[in-house]
Amino acid sequence: MILSVRDLKVSFRTDDGPVRAIDGVSFDLAESEILGVVGESGSGKTVSLLAVMGLITDPNAIIEGSIRYKGRELVGLPARELRRLRGNEIAMIFQDPMTALTPVYTIGWQIAEQIRAHRNISKSKAMERVEELLAEVNFPNPHEAMSRYPHQLSGGMRQRAVIAMALSCNPALLVADEPTTALDVTVQAGILDLVRKLRATHKSAVVFITHDMGVVSELADRVMVMYAGRIVERGSRTELFSDPQHPYTRALLGSIPPLTGAKPRRLPAIPGSPPSLLRLPQGCAFGPRCPVRYEPCLTGKPDLGAATHAAACFRVAQA
Amino acid sequence: MSGEMTDTDRPILETRSLGKRFSIGTRFSAEGRRTVHAVDNVSLTVRRGETVGLVGESGCGKSTLARCLVRLYDISDGQLLFEGDDITSKSLSELRPLRRRLQMVFQDPSASLNPRRRVGDLVAEPLRIHGKLSSREISARVAELFDLVGLQPDHVMRYPHEFSGGQRQRVGIARAIALNPDLVVLDEPVSALDVSVQAQIVNLLADLQEKLNLTYVFIAHDLSVVRQVSTRIAVMYLGSIVEEGPAEEVFASPAHPYSQALISAVPVVETTPGGTRKRIILTGDVPSPLNPPSGCRFHPRCPIAAERCRTERPEVVEYRPGRKVACHFPTISPAILPAHG
Repeated sequence: MILSVRDLKVSFRTDDGPVRAIDGVSFDLAESEILGVVGESGSGKTVSLLAVMGLITDPNAIIEGSIRYKGRELVGLPARELRRLRGNEIAMIFQDPMTALTPVYTIGWQIAEQIRAHRNISKSKAMERVEELLAEVNFPNPHEAMSRYPHQLSGGMRQRAVIAMALSCNPALLVADEPTTALDVTVQAGILDLVRKLRATHKSAVVFITHDMGVVSELADRVMVMYAGRIVERGSRTELFSDPQHPYTRALLGSIPPLTGAKPRRLPAIPGSPPSLLRLPQGCAFGPRCPVRYEPCLTGKPDLGAATHAAACFRVAQA
Repeated sequence: MSGEMTDTDRPILETRSLGKRFSIGTRFSAEGRRTVHAVDNVSLTVRRGETVGLVGESGCGKSTLARCLVRLYDISDGQLLFEGDDITSKSLSELRPLRRRLQMVFQDPSASLNPRRRVGDLVAEPLRIHGKLSSREISARVAELFDLVGLQPDHVMRYPHEFSGGQRQRVGIARAIALNPDLVVLDEPVSALDVSVQAQIVNLLADLQEKLNLTYVFIAHDLSVVRQVSTRIAVMYLGSIVEEGPAEEVFASPAHPYSQALISAVPVVETTPGGTRKRIILTGDVPSPLNPPSGCRFHPRCPIAAERCRTERPEVVEYRPGRKVACHFPTISPAILPAHG
């Protein structure tokens, strides 16, 4: 197992009292597996992965639980140790590539620097490696691209450069946080293709965070659906999309307009909006928006259970 | 269908070879003063009661075209007609009575609502500017509008930040429909919203269209949303319309290679395992409109480009009324051709 997360809890102390952003998240990730994490804003999908990366530096954050990377506990690991892992064995790409690029150096320089931070090789060797990497992420003219500054590249090309940087040290684990959300669908298709190719060539395990069910269904081997800081459903891609169990997953899938076939006159919409983590409802967090809620949902929080395809819902458990 | 013009066939808005140029840089910048053709030679007809969806990649000029349609931008070339009346170069004061009939809803409701004013006030603003209503009539109308867009009556005293994104967009819509407009241009109205909230707003827009007999021009980069709301679709590439037709037909049998690639790139949820669609992956990026390619502007990325495409720009061909394609080698399915007899 590359990554094992057990009962991860992240809370933040705020002026309005403690906010629990993540409430008991557990999952495993195997070599060359793509895990899709789906959720809306505030569902905790980004925070849980930032915790895995050790990137929550807020002094008001409280992180509990266990995060094991190749059997090694990451929670409580000194920053120096974490830094050795990050960028080398664990890499991350974000929605906005400019958060990972500096505008004042060329793409080639930045990727080479990243390689030399983790590997003891000469500058010219690093530059050769950069050219290979840029070719691998489908830059039409990698040699020329090395001397470009980020502002001279399009959004899709910048994201490719960041992916090249993330791959520079052959990471065992790649965490991608909405890497295609800001891109056009035509460009997104190319990036998704690239992620698939990398999994095959580098055997990297990938955690892919997105709000787009379509992206997940095209890319992921297994899927985790998050709502208000908890996993509400998990399963293989086929299980989750052909037999969704949780009312939230079902409703979310139902509210996406179809791209082919007859158009419904009205879309089956989910009422209300995702809850604020400061004012979570009693009982099941999806309860107030759920079409099938009943008494137990008002008081208890349903558990996910241990099955491979599982939904945290009293109705599902009862059926 | 006969050639008789019924009320629904009459264009409410029409552009004839409309163009919008921006000049960028100064004579002191490295490349000197240059001109961008953001919108180039667009002829589009919007009929009463329909929804025209504009799709295309970022930078294709769809938002610029939308702003031209409501004369938020001055038009550089061609004509803009509202109900047959040329409004291309009308002055601001001449436009004023028209403004109430042409409204716009923007993508980011938190950027288009003044954070320091109560939402009741924000919705009342267009009524104060355009109407001759008493303050009591204005309050009654605001309450009516809040009810129409699904907001609680006691929300009028709240500030924009007290609302969720979906509710803020409802406020934006209430403002746009306050004066009973005929045409509403919606620029990415659901893109900033959570997935679970998008469907609510899409349904609200459909309900309002039916109740108030509205005509929409709808822009979104989410193609499945555009298909859901639109009766007709116009696909834009680098400032021009490359394909136009009934929404479901364009999605089911796109004729232009760009539309084909665009539609095939949309990730969809596959409920049956193994059932993958054929995908056309475009190489390269959208070229800069500062330096558009010769001939057909799509040819550097087109999978079927031939020599002719490099030199000769394809004309827009109307295969049957309302079904247009600008391509030398379009995929013409039987659905596109007019029925015989």
